[in-house]
Amino acid sequence: MRNRKLTPYVLVLPAWTWLALFFVVPIGGMLSLSLTTGNVITGFQQTFEVGNYADAIGTYWEQILRSLLYGGCATLVCIAIGYPMAYWIAFRGGAYKSTYLLLLLLPFFVSFVLRTISWRFFLSDNGVVLGAFKDLGLLPEGFAVLNTAPAVILGLAYNFLPFMVLPIYAVLERMDPHLVEAAHDLYSDRLRAFVHVILPVSLPGVFAGVLMTFIPTSADYVNASVLGGTHNTMIGNVIQTQYLVNNNYPIAASITFVLMGLLLIGIFSYARALGTERVMEVHTS
Amino acid sequence: METAAARQPAISLEGVFKSFRSGSETVNAVDGVDLAIEQGEFFSLLGPSGCGKTTTMRMIAGFEEPTRGVVRLNGRDVTGVPANRRDVNMVFQSYALFPHMNVADNVAFGLKRKGVAKGEIGRRVGEMLELVELGHRAKHRPAQLSGGQQQRVALARALVNQPAALLLDEPLGALDLKLRQAMQVELKRIQREVGITFVYVTHDQGEALTMSDRIAVMNHGRVEQLGTPAQVYERPATRFVADFIGTSNLVKGTVLGESGGVWRVEVADGATALLADLPEALAAQGPGAVGSAVYLTVRPEKIGIGAERPGEGVSAVPGTVTETVYLGSATHYQVDIGGGESVTVYLQNSSDSALAAGRGDHVWLSWPAHHSYPLLA
Repeated sequence: MRNRKLTPYVLVLPAWTWLALFFVVPIGGMLSLSLTTGNVITGFQQTFEVGNYADAIGTYWEQILRSLLYGGCATLVCIAIGYPMAYWIAFRGGAYKSTYLLLLLLPFFVSFVLRTISWRFFLSDNGVVLGAFKDLGLLPEGFAVLNTAPAVILGLAYNFLPFMVLPIYAVLERMDPHLVEAAHDLYSDRLRAFVHVILPVSLPGVFAGVLMTFIPTSADYVNASVLGGTHNTMIGNVIQTQYLVNNNYPIAASITFVLMGLLLIGIFSYARALGTERVMEVHTS
Repeated sequence: METAAARQPAISLEGVFKSFRSGSETVNAVDGVDLAIEQGEFFSLLGPSGCGKTTTMRMIAGFEEPTRGVVRLNGRDVTGVPANRRDVNMVFQSYALFPHMNVADNVAFGLKRKGVAKGEIGRRVGEMLELVELGHRAKHRPAQLSGGQQQRVALARALVNQPAALLLDEPLGALDLKLRQAMQVELKRIQREVGITFVYVTHDQGEALTMSDRIAVMNHGRVEQLGTPAQVYERPATRFVADFIGTSNLVKGTVLGESGGVWRVEVADGATALLADLPEALAAQGPGAVGSAVYLTVRPEKIGIGAERPGEGVSAVPGTVTETVYLGSATHYQVDIGGGESVTVYLQNSSDSALAAGRGDHVWLSWPAHHSYPLLA
């Protein structure tokens, strides 16, 4: 009997150990690091210096806001492109659903950095696209996409699109097709069936997709450094520089926590606005 | 208008065909169906899976369009009219309740889309929820309700629109036996109260017999027989119907001759069974029918068992009891009548008679001429 009572604890032990070792310990370390003073040469002393946070926000508020803005825009672009894609694959994909999903994921077998760098060639001022348009006189000579905010946002949206498509697809795919028929049966044309039934039923998928794109895009630094030039740095770039170039660990750690806090606040207010009850609901039909 | 509509059938199908492409083949799901469903009728489409009953219903609802033929609602041709503009509503087998809305909003859905005034929506939804006895559940989500309650919400959501006809696609299929029986009575009560035409699709012959005013028995995309439950049960038109509805004994025989309006048929090893009439095709031949092969069908509960040879005027077939199954209120017998044929007999267990026969007994089976009916061989 005692053995049986212990069984569930034994079973969750690996998961807890993993979480403790690779989440709780590092984040605790980071937290303590963010409250230290000093430098690499003289060492860091635990002084509980809360001023690090004031410094972080005071110095880098612009990059923080830009990150949230770029992440938010990229997320919106992902919804705009990803929802119709997921919808089409789920409802029109027929026997080829898995093929279309594979096609969606295929580019992502190539390394993240390589994919982003290839956008540089694609978007360069006189490259395959812009060059051709300029030759045809459709775009002014000085027109540029590279090293602008839209380039970063497009790169982010491109790199995280599957994280939006897959959760929406999962919800739409397992939706009872009779729900749509029921809407038609109850005097809804296709638009009203979408607005009143398909869209609200698929919101949990959109919610999951938003979490899975907004969080990583806001914290990303590769797209900003490869596609954004010098005027579009995001908070990820700042953290990277502070850690690896300036070795200013306390500031880097406090920026990290500021970003984490902002994302958590954002997500919880988003969940509240959407209605957690609706988002977390398990559909049985 | 009112009287004109009352004279029209609520739904009529005229020469309706529906074929689907399945790979390189074309499958005729519905293969020439003509039906006229009357106003206020409880009409069932009964048949095994794949017989075309659901496709037929989906063509009435507007989810499928016939390949050929015409669908009319109250006399108006609605072929090609999309589902959202047809005055029929459907109760789905899976209920298809909107999971993101509470019960009241589910029921109000159709009225809102039709643009009915807010106050009237509230009143009608309230009334409808009372009718299905779910007034106290109005604010619950479908997921919080039991299967039987969800099914009543689905019913209310369709009925509240006061459609020309209500279409029910195996609505009781997902319920357990007890609840299913209770819902059969409930459905019948609701249909009587609202007076709307019900079209009921089912593969359960018991359900169809219990509730329907008329039944269309379907097989391979065609209507095999159309009639009241009693007609379909007592006088099946085809071997398929005899076999599909209830239990039937099918005995091969040869026509011997006619005397006094009764046909004598030789069955098994020389026994004589009687038939009140012959299939039309054979009866038309008159005396020429003698020697033709027919199938003689008789329901198990119409047959009596005796130790002695019965008198004249009834079918009399000797046999040997091979199996008895005691069921409390009744006993089922399996009787071998020779010629490789076996007959099932159901006898009620009344208090004054012990078991009519035991295994291995030689017995005589008897039944009146009008209880057996002929089918073409």
